[in-house]
Amino acid sequence: MLGPGGLYFAVFFVVPLVLVVGYAFLTPSRFGGAQRPVTLDSITRLGEPVYRGVITTSITLALAATIIALVIGYPAALAISKLPQRWRTVALVAIVLPFWTNFLIRMYAWIVLLNNEGLINRLLRGMSIVDEPVALMNNRPAIVLGFVYAYLPLMILPLYAAIERLDPQLAEAATNLGASPITRFRTVTLPLTAQGALTGALFVFIPSLANFIVPELLGGGKTATLGTLVRDQYLKARDWPFGASVTMVVLVIVGGVVVLQGRLSKRAGAAA
Amino acid sequence: MSRPSWWGRIHLGFTYAFLYVPILVLVGLSFNESGLATSWGGFSTKWYGELSRNDDVQEGLRNTLIVAVGATVLATIIGTLLAVGISRHVRNPVIESAFVAPAVMPDIVLAVGLLMLFTAADFTLGLTSVLLSHTLFCAAFVTAVVRTRLQHVDASLEEAARDLGDSAVGAFVRVTLPSLAPGILAGALLAFTLSIDEFVIAFFTNGPTSPTLPQVIYSNVRFGVKPDINALAAVLLLVSMIVVLSAQRLARLTDSIGQQ
Repeated sequence: MLGPGGLYFAVFFVVPLVLVVGYAFLTPSRFGGAQRPVTLDSITRLGEPVYRGVITTSITLALAATIIALVIGYPAALAISKLPQRWRTVALVAIVLPFWTNFLIRMYAWIVLLNNEGLINRLLRGMSIVDEPVALMNNRPAIVLGFVYAYLPLMILPLYAAIERLDPQLAEAATNLGASPITRFRTVTLPLTAQGALTGALFVFIPSLANFIVPELLGGGKTATLGTLVRDQYLKARDWPFGASVTMVVLVIVGGVVVLQGRLSKRAGAAA
Repeated sequence: MSRPSWWGRIHLGFTYAFLYVPILVLVGLSFNESGLATSWGGFSTKWYGELSRNDDVQEGLRNTLIVAVGATVLATIIGTLLAVGISRHVRNPVIESAFVAPAVMPDIVLAVGLLMLFTAADFTLGLTSVLLSHTLFCAAFVTAVVRTRLQHVDASLEEAARDLGDSAVGAFVRVTLPSLAPGILAGALLAFTLSIDEFVIAFFTNGPTSPTLPQVIYSNVRFGVKPDINALAAVLLLVSMIVVLSAQRLARLTDSIGQQ
């Protein structure tokens, strides 16, 4: 049973990951690809200030999106869990539905709204709030907006699942013991749903971290991120070893975040 | 259970508005005669006519369907076998999660890895390489979905069939497979939808002569607002919403069949 699938995963998943790590230690060939000698040049290049900046920028943007998605998603998931039973499924499907539509089209929808001749600028000028078009896109906040819009459903789903598992009797018990709604939320609801929040955070952070579409379409290509750097090294500069070492940075950050999430999640589980 | 507080309802309303207003604006604009976001030139379906005459879009759609159908078939077979195999033979949680990793890993990591694989193997980039690449994350999703389903299937049923004299393959095909059907179907639908929308991996592993539909969309939206793309967006939104909603109904329908 494991044979065909195991073989497929070995060739198309394990080998590519090995190639990413291996190429990072080779010398670039002239038209893409890599050759000997083995060198640490590509890895040490990552330490240059400009690339350290790219790493910081990417983490900051992805983190900002994660926090905003949590702030929007938590009360939304809480409100859905309090809807009458038959409406909850409908409400959840309505949250997930946009996620299943084409990613590029969803980003394009924001270009239509945000560009200088776009709908929002038109409205602002129509109401004489501004005279000149306001730069709503081609900046970093627009990138964060794009991430939040794209991955908010992935935050709400695990949050909802965690809230749903909550035993309503616990909240009742807290109230009966004299806890105020705020204390009840802080001491019962929040710790018991922390694992859901951590899962949601992972689901928003990971795809945002190395995304190059949003920085290009909503960021106007002005902000270099891990995603745009990898793309440019592979397809424009044709320096595959450096591209591979940037990809390794992505892998290391993702691995670190997954381990951190696991630890925090275990601690939250123990506390709860 | 209490009802949502008034601010909870307002917040939920804003959340849905945030998710749906951009999409709905796009659909509205696709019927705008002027093709501009800034002025309403009257109701018109002319952009849909333009779209139907857009050769790039037609070609992209054809390529996307070839890739999606092929990747779905391969991924459904691989994913189903893996899910059953893992539940029977793998006890190591690290290896278990390795088979789901492609579904969670940033797509660009897989994309560059696969590009290097095909280049190193001197495999010409084109629809075949995209198909083989899409199979990876599609199979990961199918594996995950079928494994969830497996948790609700009684393994002793297949053993009973064996005891009653059925062959190993026969018992699997006649007993286990039908009880997994809802999971397999849901996984296949998921795989198909994912492949149709996938851009990043196709962008890296495709050759120059056979762009998929997302690649066609990308080269259009990079350079601003194009009215026939509004029409394409509306069509795609409608199609994926119908597919997802029917998958939702179908899954529940087959769920009840599976329980009988």
